[in-house]
Amino acid sequence: MDHPAIKVENLWKKFGDFTAVQGISFSVKQGEIIAFLGPNGAGKTTTIKMLTTLLHPTSGTIQLNGFDPVTEQDKVRSSFGIVFQDPSLDDELTAYENLEFHAVFYHVPKTVRKERIAYLLKFVELWDRKDEPVKNFSGGMKRRLEIARGLIHHPKILFLDEPTLGLDPQTRNHLWEYIRKLNKEENMTVFFTTHYMEEAEKIADRIAIIDKGKIMIQGTSSELKKETGTKSLEEAFLKFTGHLIRDEGASAIDNMRKHRKMWGR
Amino acid sequence: MGAIYVMWLRQLKRYWRSKARMIGSLGQPLLFLLALGFGFGPIFEKAGGGNYIDFLAPGIIAMSILFTAMFSGIEIIWDRQFGFLKETLVAPVSRTEIMLGRTLGGATVSFIQGVVVLLICFLIGFRLTSWVYVPFALVFMFLISLLFTALGTAIASRLQDMQAFPLIMNFLIMPIFFLSGALFPLTGLPRALEIVTRFNPLSYGVDGLRGTLTGISHLGLFHDTLVMMVVTIIILWIGTLMFSKIEI
Repeated sequence: MDHPAIKVENLWKKFGDFTAVQGISFSVKQGEIIAFLGPNGAGKTTTIKMLTTLLHPTSGTIQLNGFDPVTEQDKVRSSFGIVFQDPSLDDELTAYENLEFHAVFYHVPKTVRKERIAYLLKFVELWDRKDEPVKNFSGGMKRRLEIARGLIHHPKILFLDEPTLGLDPQTRNHLWEYIRKLNKEENMTVFFTTHYMEEAEKIADRIAIIDKGKIMIQGTSSELKKETGTKSLEEAFLKFTGHLIRDEGASAIDNMRKHRKMWGR
Repeated sequence: MGAIYVMWLRQLKRYWRSKARMIGSLGQPLLFLLALGFGFGPIFEKAGGGNYIDFLAPGIIAMSILFTAMFSGIEIIWDRQFGFLKETLVAPVSRTEIMLGRTLGGATVSFIQGVVVLLICFLIGFRLTSWVYVPFALVFMFLISLLFTALGTAIASRLQDMQAFPLIMNFLIMPIFFLSGALFPLTGLPRALEIVTRFNPLSYGVDGLRGTLTGISHLGLFHDTLVMMVVTIIILWIGTLMFSKIEI
């Protein structure tokens, strides 16, 4: 491949007076795993939304597999898979039906559809519960199903927005195993956001630290540590942003999320 | 095409699996049919209007379609809340297809609801003038379903608020229903009321349905069909436009 998987230049997004993303630039090679590390409200999700055609950038250019998400929406949309921060399954449908729906939406030919869905459901260990409505699933099972769904159409890039939020450590490890495996076997590029240091450090080939809508620095985890002369990524983060990743602002949003979960939304 | 089909199928499955919804939505038309039908029946007959159940049945069928169709718009808001809307919006499928699939799905569900109410009407004593026109009556029922599903969906795609939707809907549905000739004949009305009923698309739906089922049409079947079709197309177009503007 001659073009990078993702190439972003001077990307801005403003919502009225508020600037969510302030002129970020970065590029991701084919088959690379990149992590966007930053606190809640840093602009990670907004960036993903712009990359995946859900939001139009205020200014700047994006190239995804060589296509422009603003002018070549359909080509871009067929080339990536995404797992959103919040669940996005149809609770009333079964696991199988959710995947089937997705396969039709992404024009997966009928002949390979069944086989592909079966393969992925087995891959995420949900095959024996394929005919159960998703509303009976636990949070971890839903996440796994969403990952399976995001992979049906053989995406070249997989976007994961805080994929492990609210999952227990065991499920989290499992999940990353799957993703690492896919990355190796299918040379799939992976772009994920997180606010867990150890996740970024362990999984990603390259890390971009993002804070208040700006990329503070990007590089491998050892490069980041070398740059600051610190021993851990945590300390490096503190050096670049001037604060810890979890401050008051972040926990307020976490509380809100907890409340939302409690009320069943 | 595939996308339209799965959107349609999804809505039918959801409807079929929610038995409470199926049965619950029959309560209101049944109440109207029994209370009004038998309550006003004697007066209506004395005034020379004929059998009131025969007059009322098409109106109640239209009502149940109207309610189900308009409220099916809430599925967009549900999908937004539960995140499923995002899944459809990032897919390589045009917004027009998604909107058409949604509208057809909601319309089919409310059409089925209308057919069930029609069958209930038969049980209560509703008599057709002729079976020949039943297929045309079904066409009118589908047109009413389509028009008001499109309207409900168009409104819902502009709303984010789960609580606001039923309020706005009731605010719209009630006058549409009461001022449509579903409950009373449109002849000899005060001038102001007559003008209002002429601007109400449901008047044409009810009139067409009554014309095909009982042979009494006030506005003319051709006229009814034309108005229903034109209004449906306009609303579908507006709805698609609104839906295509959704950003998450």
